[in-house]
Formats: sequence, C-alpha cells, structure tokens
Amino acid sequence: MALPTYATPLERLWYYAFRVICVLIFIFLIAPVLVVIPLSFNAEPYFTFTPKMLALDPEGYSLRWYDALLTLGMPAPDGVRDSAWWAQAWETSTWIRAAKNSIIIGFWSTILATVLGTLAALGLSRPEMPYRRLIMAILISPMIVPIIIIATGLFFFYSNPCAPLAIVGIEAQCGRLTSTYLGVILAHATLGIPFVIITVTATLSGFDQSLTRAAASLGANPRVTFFKVILPLILPGVVSGALFAFVTSFDEVVAVLFIAGPEQQTIPRQMWNGIREAISPAILAVATILVIISILLLATVELLRRRSERLRGVSPH
Amino acid sequence: MADTAPIAAAPLTTADGRPLAEALVAAQARSRRRAFLLVVPLLLFVILSFILPIGQMLHRSIYHDGFSSNAPSVSAWFAANPQGTEPDEAAFAALVEDLRTMQANRTAGEAGTRINYVLPESRSLFTKAAREAKDLQPPYREAFLALDPKWGDPVLWEAMRASASPYTFDFYIVATDFERAGDGSIVRVTENRQIYVYLFIKTFLLSGLITLICLVIGFPVAHLLATLPMAKANLLMILVLLPFWTSLLVRTTSWMALLQGEGVINDLLVWIGAISQEGRLRMINNQTGTIIVMTHILLPFMILPLYSVMKVIPPSYARAARSLGATSWTTFRRIYLPQTLPGIGAGALLVFILAVGYYITPALVGGADGQLISNLIDFHMDKSNWSLAAALSAMLLVGVLVLYWLYDRLIGIDNLKLG
Repeated sequence: MALPTYATPLERLWYYAFRVICVLIFIFLIAPVLVVIPLSFNAEPYFTFTPKMLALDPEGYSLRWYDALLTLGMPAPDGVRDSAWWAQAWETSTWIRAAKNSIIIGFWSTILATVLGTLAALGLSRPEMPYRRLIMAILISPMIVPIIIIATGLFFFYSNPCAPLAIVGIEAQCGRLTSTYLGVILAHATLGIPFVIITVTATLSGFDQSLTRAAASLGANPRVTFFKVILPLILPGVVSGALFAFVTSFDEVVAVLFIAGPEQQTIPRQMWNGIREAISPAILAVATILVIISILLLATVELLRRRSERLRGVSPH
Repeated sequence: MADTAPIAAAPLTTADGRPLAEALVAAQARSRRRAFLLVVPLLLFVILSFILPIGQMLHRSIYHDGFSSNAPSVSAWFAANPQGTEPDEAAFAALVEDLRTMQANRTAGEAGTRINYVLPESRSLFTKAAREAKDLQPPYREAFLALDPKWGDPVLWEAMRASASPYTFDFYIVATDFERAGDGSIVRVTENRQIYVYLFIKTFLLSGLITLICLVIGFPVAHLLATLPMAKANLLMILVLLPFWTSLLVRTTSWMALLQGEGVINDLLVWIGAISQEGRLRMINNQTGTIIVMTHILLPFMILPLYSVMKVIPPSYARAARSLGATSWTTFRRIYLPQTLPGIGAGALLVFILAVGYYITPALVGGADGQLISNLIDFHMDKSNWSLAAALSAMLLVGVLVLYWLYDRLIGIDNLKLG
C-alpha cells in the first residue's frame, strides 16, 4: 500500500502516523514474549532490568535461576556435578520430573487426538457425510466451552466413571480416573481434537478427491489408498494439527489442577504453583525455555504450511 | 432418433441388470455409511470424555440429596402436608428422629450444608441440634425452640421443604440472586448479597470491552498485513503468531514482570519522568491487569480472521471510489469497512466467546476486582459447593453455546482458521 501520488498532505501525515501506530501495536504484541529472555539472566532477584544489566555489565547477568530450576527439589543440590549427581537430578529434580510428565501426557494425548481426529476429518470432508454441520459443531466445541466447565465436568465424571450408567438403571462404582495419567491424557486429547479437526479438514478442502478414485481404479484397496495417496498429501496438515494438540496439552493447567494428583505434576502446573506462591525469576527461566520451544514449533508449522501449499500448487496466499 | 427411443423407454439398468436409480440410492447410502463410520470413533470418544461429563455436571446442578437422603421422616412429613402448613408436633418428632439418625451416622453436617445453600448460617443449627437430639423430650416443639428460636422460623421450614426432594432448582435460585421466603415465594436477596448476577454482568461487560479493544488495535495491524507485499507481510505475521504459540502462563508471567510496581514499565515511566517514584502505577492484581493481559492474549484471535478477510478484498474498489471523488475517509467508511464486516464479526465473536469463559489470567493477575465468573465457579468448587458451581457453570455454558450457535450461523465453523 504505497502512498498514491494524489494523496493530500493530511493523508500523507496519516500514512506515517498509521505506520507508527502499527509499530507500537507490534511492540505490544511481541515485547511481553521476548522481555522474559533477558530478564531470566538477571543476577538479582528482581523482575526488572538492574543498572548493571542496562550497562551490559557481565556481572549483572547470571545463570543462577537456571541453576535454581535444575536443583529445585533435589536432596543434595550442592554436590559435585559428576554423572551420579546428574543421574540424581534426572530422578529427583522437581522441574525435570514435571517436564517428563508433560512430555508423556502430551505425547499420548497427541497420538490419540491425531489418529481419531484425522480419521474423523476424512469422513467430515466427504461431501456425502450426513449431519456434517452438527457433528462438526460437536467436535469443535471443546475449544469453545470454557475450560473451567470442562474441568468441573471431568472432576465429577472421573470420581466415578460408571455413574452415568445410572441412566440405564445400573448403579456401579468402578475405579477412579482422578489422579491418574490416563485421566489427564484423555482430557488433554479431548482438548486437542478441535485443532486436529480444523487443520486436517482445511488441508483436505484442497484435496483432489479424484486421486482416491484413480487409486481405486488402479486396484488399491482403501487402506493402501490412504497410506500411499491420501496421507502423504495431507501429512503437513496432520503434523501441524498434531503440533497444535501437543501445545494445547503442554500448556494446559486448569484440567490438570482439577483432575491430576501430585504424581502428574506438569510444567504448567508447577509454573502455576510458582506464580501463586512465591514468584521468583526462576519462573522467567522456565518461561524463556518455553518461548524458545514455541519459536521452534512456530517455525515448524510455518515450514509445513508452505510445503503443503507448494504441494497443492497454490502459491503462498 | 428412431434407434434410441426404445432404450429410453426401458428402465435404465446397471451391467448386472439392477435398475439404475435403485443402484444409485444403494451406492449413496453405502458411501454415507462409510463416511459416517470414519467419524464414529471420535464421536464416541468425545461423547464419553466431553458430553457425558458435562451432562453429569448439569445433572448435579439440579440434584442434591444431602438433606433428602438423611432426613427421610421429615421429608415424609413434607410430602403428607401441603405447602404453608404450620410445622406441628408430628413434624418436630420426625425431625428429632432424623437428627438422632444423623448423629449416629455423622451426617448432620451434610444435611445442614444442603439447607445452608438456600439459608446461610443454618448449618450449625443442624449440627448443634443433632448433638442435643438424644436428650430432647416431648413436647418437641418447645424443646427445639428452647434450643434455638430459629427452629420456629417459617423460612427455615420452607428451606427444608425445598430440600426434601433431591431434585431442585434451588441452586439456580441462589445463582441468580434469589431466595425462598417464609411463604414459599421466591424473592430477590438484599442488595448487599447480590453477587452472582453482578459478576455475570461484569464478565460480559469486561469481555465486551476487551473485544472492542482487540478490534480497535487489531484492525490496523490486520489491514497493514493484508496490504503489504507478501514477503514483508509473512515476516510481520510471525510477530502475531509467536505470541499465539507461546504458553499462556508464560505470557501472563511476563506481564506480571512488566506491570509490577517495581516492574519494567513503571521503571521506564519513572526514568523518563512521566510519573514520580511515589506515583508508580498500579497495573496488576486489579481489573486493569486483567484487561491488559487478556487483550494481549486474545489479540491474535482477532487479527487472524480479520486478516484472512482483508486479504481477499480487491483494492480496485477503493481506487474506483477515489476516482469518483470520494475522500479517503468516505472510501474507508463506505467501501472498505463494509467489506471487512465478515472478518470483524468472526474475530469479535471468537474473542468474546473465549473472553467470557476466561479463567487463568484473571486468577493470576486479576487481584480482587478483576475476577470473572469462571473464577467464582472455581471458588465454589474449592469450597465443595459442587451443585452451586454446577448451576453457575450451566448458566455460563448456555451463554457460550448461544454465542457459538450464532458464530456457526453467521460465519460457519468450517471457516475457523488457525494461523
């Protein structure tokens, strides 16, 4: 949108003012994400830039908060850092355990959401799908319904998963899903499903259905058609849906607060505790690590999107 | 022509001799079934892990057997006597009987809690009476009144009558700031106790305000992104998408660091002399904090739909308007803005829906006056007031589902895009 030659002086002024406004808004968007990175290297327990940091004095910076992260919860944090110490850190450090839990829960819920979501998206993008609109609305709703409502419902449901059988007249008590990995994984998979559905159906909307007919006419059964023809073409959409599902799980705290036990402590829950109790710059160190992870994920998704557009022969945008 | 006429007259058949129309219907039914079968596993999963739990929660909002199951005799007396009957000696005798059982089973608190929802401060009445129940002698009415004159209060008996059945709308009555009066009618609670409706209104107003701010600051950015050359726009798009991909807790934490009294923004303002050392702004742990942080978190949900609509608006319309003599303001108002309306609708509805149910950010940076309805639901869950929490959730859910239906009607869920 270059400035046209017929622009009046006022329009010229507005043109530049508009640019300045946009720059300010971009700063508003991005500064909070980036500001944690330098702050996490603060040598002092403050949430602001110390004079030493502003003077770029190396003494103003330190890795103490990263060290605090690593050693939190360890019985002997000050030992010699040999392999035995690292092995102990791997087992006992609170944040490492939280990271392991987050990855386990994120991995399985992503697998579940992606497999079921991709299958359903295949069905939903067929033109002959009955009740398409209604089913789509139901499958997307976990993204729209407030998380506190989902967490409340799951809390009741998980305390006795057989209770709904009372509708058909069976009074049963069967186990609990609260404080179990399975419970958290199922909950997170539900939350991740809308993202898989949205990304995969979007990819499938550009998919040429005659390719499947071509495969069938050449003798491929539906399974072979799926793995040899459909999947390679929609893979970018599936992978970005999976990444969305993983990020959803990796960032989810409310359901975990309601239904998980101390054994299922995840990174967001540990952060939540840290923020609510005594907030220290160690939280900023975690935040920095998470920002770097999200930069990597964003880069992956962007590359996939461009690849997918290239594959479909659509120029970017 | 003469050759084709007999063929057209005979019914069309497939190679194996079935009528074509019939074969087509069968084939279509088969492909519908196939498509549906692909969706079935996920649909079952979502029904089990999402619809059923929410249904159970809704059930809990109208079901509470804390009193009815522990006070069968009194419940029977209520069933036998119509509303408005003065509690007679038989009623008090039934009450004594129930209280003695409660004392033996240690359930007086449970029953009292149920009454407490509709009539605050009555739980202790029950626990105390249950402790004394074994020593009470007839006439019971006088014995109870000696214990606590409140036992003669018709409001209390009306509350007990309402609790005598496990199915009840009491929690909705409480959640809309009403209460039961002594004659069984439902009246508004006194002004200083009207918290729920106030908080619902506040949640909707704050969400509206946040949506408006998002629109005002998202519109120029989306417009810039849509009109810049592709390469530059893609680069700037990263500045929108990175916050979108960054953990909510990270963004909230970082705003806490920025907005604190001793935080970066206050330090900066003091340094440039805009405020004095004593005049540091309070921007966190209050409503301002909630608004700033939620605006930041929800802004990408406004920019992305706006951008996808603006991107396909042909610039030639605006140029045509200018060439016909419209000023740039008129061009914007009459030509450009109407074309962006679908994007404005999609973005605003999405942001509003997400804002209404927001929990994490108000809980962390909202302080006392920046809490929303979700936080109140959490508060009641924490206090084990499950049925009340469920009733509040149900009301919020209805609000959100209406908005969601509207979104589907106006924009269509298929058009929901992520990045």
